[in-house]
Amino acid sequence: MSVRERFDLDIQAVQNQMLELCNMSISALQRSYQALMEQDLDLALEIIEDDSELNHIEEEINDKVILLIAKQQPVATDLRRLMVITKAASDMERVGDYAVNIAKETIRIGKEPLIFPMTNFESMCQKAIQMLEGIVEAFVHEDTTKAKEIADLDDYVDDLYGATVELLIRKAGENPEAIKQITHLSFICRYLERSADHATNIAEHLFYLVKGRHYELNA
Amino acid sequence: MVVLQDAQKTTATNPTVKPMIVTENATKKIVYDTRNLDLWYGEHHGLKDVNLEIYENEVTAIIGPSGCGKSTYLKTLNRMVELVPSVRTSGQIMYRERNILSKEYPVEELRTHVGMVFQKPNPFPKSIYDNIAYGPRIHGIRNKKVLDEIVEKSLRGAAIWDEVKDRLNQNAYGLSGGQQQRICIARCLAIEPDVILMDEPTSALDPISTLKVEELVQELKEQYSIVIVTHNMQQAARISNRTAFFLSGEVVEYDETDNIFQNPTDQRTEDYISGRFG
Repeated sequence: MSVRERFDLDIQAVQNQMLELCNMSISALQRSYQALMEQDLDLALEIIEDDSELNHIEEEINDKVILLIAKQQPVATDLRRLMVITKAASDMERVGDYAVNIAKETIRIGKEPLIFPMTNFESMCQKAIQMLEGIVEAFVHEDTTKAKEIADLDDYVDDLYGATVELLIRKAGENPEAIKQITHLSFICRYLERSADHATNIAEHLFYLVKGRHYELNA
Repeated sequence: MVVLQDAQKTTATNPTVKPMIVTENATKKIVYDTRNLDLWYGEHHGLKDVNLEIYENEVTAIIGPSGCGKSTYLKTLNRMVELVPSVRTSGQIMYRERNILSKEYPVEELRTHVGMVFQKPNPFPKSIYDNIAYGPRIHGIRNKKVLDEIVEKSLRGAAIWDEVKDRLNQNAYGLSGGQQQRICIARCLAIEPDVILMDEPTSALDPISTLKVEELVQELKEQYSIVIVTHNMQQAARISNRTAFFLSGEVVEYDETDNIFQNPTDQRTEDYISGRFG
C-alpha cells in the first residue's frame, strides 16, 4: 500500500457516493416530469417519499468529508476535491428538491386536463437532464472542455424559460378560468430552469477542482 | 472570480492560461536575495542553482523531505554552513544588498544581524537571566539597569516573561522543553537581530508548546524577518507568508503560502504537501 492509498480510496468512495446522488436526483427529475405528463399521481407521491433518501445521502457525504478533513488534513487538489464534492452534492440534492416540487405541483393539478401545449416543457426538461447527465460525465473525466459546453447550454434553457412564461401569461389572459393550473405550470417551468442552473454550478466547481481558481461560466 | 468572456472561451480550458494574480511583492523590501547559489559538501552537490528572495517582516517557510537541502540553505544565511570543512559555495547571497558569501563580509557582524533557533532547545547551563544577558554582555553591555531592561524586553518579546519573571535566577534547565525553546528565542531577541532563522523549532515540543511558539512567530514577524525550516506541513501553512519547496537541493517551487497549499504549480510540490512522498 502506497503512502496515502487508504486516503485516496476514501476520497474516491465519497466521490462515488456523490455521483450516485447525482444519478438519483436526475432520475427523480425525469420521473417527476413523467408524472406530470402522464398525470400519474402515485408516481408523484413516490418521488416525494423517495426524497428523504437523497437528503440522507447528502448528509452522509458531508459527514464523511468533514471527518476526512479532520483526520487527514488535506491540502491542494485533495482539499479542493473534498470541497467540490460537498458543493456538488448540495447542488444535486437541490435538483432532487425541484423534482419533489414538480411532483407536488403535479398533485395540485391533479387529473384536470392540461390546457397548455407542453412542447416547451418537454424541451426544457430534456435539456436540463442532458446538462445534468453531461456534467456528471464531465466530472468523472475531469473534462473542463465538456463542462464549458454544458454551461453554454444554459442560455438555451433560460431563453426557453422566458418564452414559456410569456406564453403562460398570454394564456392566462385568454383563459382566466385556468389561472390556477397556469400558476402551477409556471412554478414547474421555474423548477426546470433552476435545475439546469445547478448543472452550470457543478461545471464551475469542476473548473475550480481542475484549475484551482474560481471561474464564472455564463456570466 | 474569473469571468469567461466569449473571447476567452477558447483559452478557458487551456491549463497554461491562468487568471491574473496581483501580488504585493513590488512593495515589499527584500532582506535576502539569493542568486545562483550552488553548494557542495566535498563531491556532493547539496544546493543547485538556488534563487530565492526573502522579504522583510514576513515568515518564509522552507519545506522538503529529509536531505533536500533545506537546513543547509538555512545555514548559508548566517554562514554556519562554513563550519563543515569540505563545504564550497558559488553564487551570491545578498543580505541587505551586500554579498555575505564574500570573504570581506565579517561573519561576526552577520551573526549580530541574524539570530538562530535550533531544533532542540539549547539554553546555556546558566540562570534564565544570564542566558538572555549573555549576548549583550559579549557586545560589551555591563550596566545592570540596561541589562535588566534587555532581559525583560526579550522575555516579554518571547512571550515567556510572566512564566519566569519570579525565577530569573534559577537554572534554565529547570524549565519545560517549550519554555526552554522560548528562552532560546528570547536569547536571540536580546541581540536585537534583523532576521531570525529557525531550524524545526517545534519538532521537539508538545502540541501546546508548539502552538505557543507558532503564535509567537506570528507576533515576531511584525518586527523581524523570519525564515523557518519545518517538517510540519500544517505549520508552514498556518504561520508562513511564503513557502519554498526544496527537493534534491533544488527549489522546485516558491510562492505565496496560500498558493502553495491550495494550488501548487508543480506536481512534485502537490505530491509532497499532500503526503504522497517524503
